[in-house]
Amino acid sequence: MTYILGISAFYHDSAAALIKNGKIISAAQEERFTRKKHDSGFPSNAINFVLDFSKIKLHEVDHIVFYEKPFLKFERLLETYVAFAPKGFQSFSRAMPIWLKEKLFQKKFIFDHLKNIDISFEDDTKLLFSEHHLSHAASAFYPSPFEEAVILTADGVGEWATTTVAIGKKNNLEIKKELHFPHSLGLLYSAFTYYSGFKVNSGEYKLMGLAPYGNPIYVDKILNNLIDLKEDGTFMLDQNYFNYSTGLTMTNKNFDDLFGEKPRKPEKEKITQFHMDIAASIQDVTEKIMLSIAKSLKKDYGIPNLCLAGGVALNCVANGKIIKEKIFENIWVQPAAGDAGGSLGAALAYWHLDLNNERKEIDKDNMCGSFLGNEFQENVIVEKLDEIGAKYEKLDQDEIIKKTVEDLANGKAVGWFQGRMEFGPRALGNRSILGDPRSDTMQKNLNLKVKYRESFRPFAPSVLREDLNNWFEMNTDSPYMLFVSDVKKDKILELTSDQKKLFGIDLLNIKKSEIPAVTHVDYSARIQTVSKEINPLYYKLIKKFKEKTNCPVLVNTSFNIRGEPIVHTPEDAFKCFMGTELDVLVIGNCYLNKNNQDLNLKYNYKNKFELD
Amino acid sequence: MSFLKEFVKFLMERKKYWLLPILLFLLIFGALFVVTQGTAVAPFIYTIF
Repeated sequence: MTYILGISAFYHDSAAALIKNGKIISAAQEERFTRKKHDSGFPSNAINFVLDFSKIKLHEVDHIVFYEKPFLKFERLLETYVAFAPKGFQSFSRAMPIWLKEKLFQKKFIFDHLKNIDISFEDDTKLLFSEHHLSHAASAFYPSPFEEAVILTADGVGEWATTTVAIGKKNNLEIKKELHFPHSLGLLYSAFTYYSGFKVNSGEYKLMGLAPYGNPIYVDKILNNLIDLKEDGTFMLDQNYFNYSTGLTMTNKNFDDLFGEKPRKPEKEKITQFHMDIAASIQDVTEKIMLSIAKSLKKDYGIPNLCLAGGVALNCVANGKIIKEKIFENIWVQPAAGDAGGSLGAALAYWHLDLNNERKEIDKDNMCGSFLGNEFQENVIVEKLDEIGAKYEKLDQDEIIKKTVEDLANGKAVGWFQGRMEFGPRALGNRSILGDPRSDTMQKNLNLKVKYRESFRPFAPSVLREDLNNWFEMNTDSPYMLFVSDVKKDKILELTSDQKKLFGIDLLNIKKSEIPAVTHVDYSARIQTVSKEINPLYYKLIKKFKEKTNCPVLVNTSFNIRGEPIVHTPEDAFKCFMGTELDVLVIGNCYLNKNNQDLNLKYNYKNKFELD
Repeated sequence: MSFLKEFVKFLMERKKYWLLPILLFLLIFGALFVVTQGTAVAPFIYTIF
């Protein structure tokens, strides 16, 4: 029996994952425990969870693999500072003390933390280091249902690599080509995220959601000035416009002059049509790059399967375009595509590459629906709810489903807390807020009264796998909500002549389809397909909703508010329920109606979390 | 000590020996700043820079 613990930490989205003889057992992000979004601290809580889940102690783990190599990262930092010197002294003087004090001695730092978890852990030779993009590539290939695949990873930056291409065959994985810092698709997208007034490393989603409101009028400007894009999708970024290599901002004055405005200050300035056009333009460029790379990979290697990971792989609009173009026969994206998933990849890479172990059940998706986190037994849920003073009804599963379906059909917003927590940024039906997609007001209400976030942001649909093709222009499994496709033409409603004249944010309140709450302004939707095999309870709920309403689709958004990590425990769920205008909360078989709760338990939740 | 061994191994593998003097400079003077902070030696250290 060989246990391998994977760890990612110290940049953003710290996480831990445990595999046993190559099988993925558990994984979780530290933010869920500490309630600090994108927590980058050492993931002690996540490690304790994965160990407790398997009922083992740390010293019983055979190998511990950190997801990147700190020395290589330090090399990149020093070389970059030397290359740009004397420019960048301010950034250098800020970065060096942290590196010289802590980061350079990461092995000891990690070992000390591990020792705090288990005093009996003494063997530091168990502690190993993978490479950032190898970890990403392994997280995308080994759990995928492909014996052979091309693996594309793209993110901000790891050690040196920002984009890599690897070939995976059986248990082997070999990196074939790399693009190096500072030429990075992730950093290019983040630069525009910063320029549009959103937070880097978390606001990229908002930029993607904003893009359909704009016109991509700056595409040529970007391609002619910022980026030298080759036919095969490789590129170089003109560093005269960026400041991230040595400065404390992403872009510089040349960038502002090129587009004619300074970066938006979110606390003072509203989002305008300019920002929407900027968003549309960089989204278009990102798609062009991803499509060019995908086409050249297919041409070079002729392999029909593609795996994706790295932060850029969370750009589900670009992923959807790769599917639509039918470049590859099959695509699989790691659901925890960001750095959190690196923990899992690091462990898998060690098992298959260093220990040379074969893959088992090669033809099936081995991510277990990404339900790899904590779960709470019924007695624990009841105990916690009693402790808090919650008023609830305990029902059997059929009754819970019946009541929830009725509430959903009556337009209520439902907090749905079931089974094991998801690993990765998306809620997939176990820590979700659900609603009726047919409602005209659901998107606005959920955004403003429940999630407390910008009204332009779209919601995603969960759809029964067998009904996918009847409602959306796609027929590919999308269990992790990582592909965007259009709503089926016969479900779209014709706009009136007055409505056709509207543009940008004015399109928001128009009923665009039979499922307006999940139809974005460009008629697209970020789809999650739900199958009986992966999540039987959630499948049953949607199936019953379909029986009642003839609609096999639900609104599914993560169970949290703006700036909050997705709820982890029943207490977190209850606090979110009482602090927002959620109408109903279902935790396991416990049903809670807002009207029955003690109003003294209500508190100001909206300002509890820092805005992202 | 194990850190230095590992770092030298890393430099040999990467063949980037020019990083070593930079790192040593940073480590020695970094340590000097920390150690001499608030002592009588501090003004002499500051004059060097």
